[in-house]
Amino acid sequence: MDKKKKRSITRGIILAVLVLAIGYTIYSSFTKEKVEVIQRGDQAPNFELVGLNGETYRLSDFNGEGVFLNFWGTWCEPCKREMPAMDRQYEVFKDQGVNLLTINIAQSEFEVEKFLNNLGVDFPTAIDKTKSVMTAYNIQPLPTTILISPDGKVENIITGEMSESDIISYMESIKPE
Amino acid sequence: MEKIVCTCGHENAVGTKICGNCGRPLTEEAKSQKVLDMKYDGSAIRSKTYNKSIVDKIWNFFSSVKVGVSLIIITLVVSSFGTIFPQEFYVTAGTDAERALYYQTNYGSIGTLYYNLGLADLYSTWWFQALVGMLGISIIVASIDRGLPLHKSLKNQRVKRHESFMRRQRIIAEGAITKEDTSKTLDKVEEKLKKLNYKVRRDGTALLAEKGRFARYGPYINHLGLITFLVGVMLHQLPGMYVDDSMWIREGETRAIPGMNGYFLENKQFIFETHDNDPTTAQIQQGVNAVAKNYQTDVVLYKQSEDALPGQTDQLEIVKEYSIRVNHPLEHDGFALYQMDFRLNELKAMTFSLTNKETGASLGDVTIDLRNPKKEYVIDEQTKVILVNYFPDFTGFNDKGEPQTATPNPNNPAFIFNMITPDTPEGEISFVAIQQTVEGSGTGENLYKMSFKGVDTINMSGLTIRMDKTIPLLVVGAFIFLLGLTIGSYWNHRRVWVELLSDGNIRLAAHTNKNWFGIKKEINVLTEYAHLPQYIDQLDDEDDEKIKKETIE
Repeated sequence: MDKKKKRSITRGIILAVLVLAIGYTIYSSFTKEKVEVIQRGDQAPNFELVGLNGETYRLSDFNGEGVFLNFWGTWCEPCKREMPAMDRQYEVFKDQGVNLLTINIAQSEFEVEKFLNNLGVDFPTAIDKTKSVMTAYNIQPLPTTILISPDGKVENIITGEMSESDIISYMESIKPE
Repeated sequence: MEKIVCTCGHENAVGTKICGNCGRPLTEEAKSQKVLDMKYDGSAIRSKTYNKSIVDKIWNFFSSVKVGVSLIIITLVVSSFGTIFPQEFYVTAGTDAERALYYQTNYGSIGTLYYNLGLADLYSTWWFQALVGMLGISIIVASIDRGLPLHKSLKNQRVKRHESFMRRQRIIAEGAITKEDTSKTLDKVEEKLKKLNYKVRRDGTALLAEKGRFARYGPYINHLGLITFLVGVMLHQLPGMYVDDSMWIREGETRAIPGMNGYFLENKQFIFETHDNDPTTAQIQQGVNAVAKNYQTDVVLYKQSEDALPGQTDQLEIVKEYSIRVNHPLEHDGFALYQMDFRLNELKAMTFSLTNKETGASLGDVTIDLRNPKKEYVIDEQTKVILVNYFPDFTGFNDKGEPQTATPNPNNPAFIFNMITPDTPEGEISFVAIQQTVEGSGTGENLYKMSFKGVDTINMSGLTIRMDKTIPLLVVGAFIFLLGLTIGSYWNHRRVWVELLSDGNIRLAAHTNKNWFGIKKEINVLTEYAHLPQYIDQLDDEDDEKIKKETIE
């Protein structure tokens, strides 16, 4: 009797291990694309970029404050549309511990400066010349906005255009206590 | 658990066909056979024994050879579907919609069906992977199910076998020896068989000679190789084990290498060379007028210092300079960068002449780097061109009259210039795009224009980044697979049982898992040497002709 039980257990374990191995393989290959993209609750990858104003922006320097990261390009119409609202709300929230940094994807300084001047916005902007920050955050569509909470975690990832009220509530969500 | 107790007193597992101890046939089926079925040496195939719990049922499903063969056939057929049209990762399309369109435009409605069914990315679908996984389970379970009992029964072989076992072997001999007396027969048999490289064991009046037992393990070793291979493929999914990525890099650019954290690549130059021979007839027929000789990207590989962050570019250390050519990848730290693709003659810079429209006289040239334009281009103290705005991929004006750019790439550059000359110190505005010039509004006709003079082009190189740490495992798997195949194919397990009976007669039986001709030759030699009675092949009736032929040869 015991032997039979033992046999069942052995077989069960072997089958379970095999099924787990295959299950893991399928699961990870299925979610591979998504896993590489950072997710809510992940530690936001640190980076350092030099802004148009010559100032160096290092993410870890903002520890204890919220960071509103916005990736964009001049050819991206929705990026352009959400920018004035972002600029306005940044003026409101910057004294409450919310930082805004917009990151242009590898365009020339001329194009970026012209574009921002024409829009009449003056929020902090940096150009990701080697696309390495874009790679680290695995940015696919533009615009993509990453909300980083004061403890350095990814609070939310927004792809696509945001309205002014969206921007207010997002900035609100990463305001330090 | 129930047991079958043999007449000899040995307890056998349920399902055993031939007693593990004395060799008596235990089932009605085995008893009725003229020649015993020696598959798995008559031991109980575990799965056939119990079929009670769910675990047993699943186990039995996977251990079935029929299921295994069906899985192989299904996998083969399904895999072949993936080769009908190109797989999605060979299609250069960024979005799902573009991919769907690709299959539709190239292959029509069948293409659309193919794409919608997921066959365009067949090998990554969960059900295909599940299929291969089930095949893996089948191989493992079937091997355990058959291999372990076979191993046990081969290991615990007794020398003396029962008459009913011996008589049911294909090759048997029974009778008096033809010369001398029986006291020396077993010694002579042992001596001869040892010379023939058999391992000989004796137990009283019985003798068992055996060789090539490991050949029986060939299929199991073979399966082990397959499983090792499958595990290697599975490990591709673990982070850091496998990278297959690609990048486009222009001449002069430095880019982070996807999949290779902390590394940057600079493209110094892309070289495309052709043979400068006259086109051959075949070339002309195919409309090809140049034969490629070399595709080469001269690159510099940089590594960022360990503590560097994404975005920092000031701490790059040169790792090496290399010329990547076809089949000569840049190799570093387990990664390899291959030359895969190229694009020639992308716009890099445009040169304009600041020209007086009336006289045609030029005040000087201005060259604009399309990837990095400047704010102004000074020709002399009183003459300069201010770049008011720039649109790298101009697509027209929006409803507010603003020029639009579709991409950041200079496919169709457009400029707004402000031309300041001694004649026009206030400046003149001009919008210039390819084959299109719009002059500043309100100021009337401009005196000057930016006349197009020429372009500089740049080449772009497409590289593939590969890293595969599972290759050693795949090689080992393939080696084990071939080893098992060789063992199972080129060696046979031969056994000879000899017993000196109480009436002075000799009984001999022989078995081999394959190559009966070979064992017969050895027994012929043995029979002559030890003066044994002539054996008969119990299956000879059917194969009479064939074996005679073999003997003559």
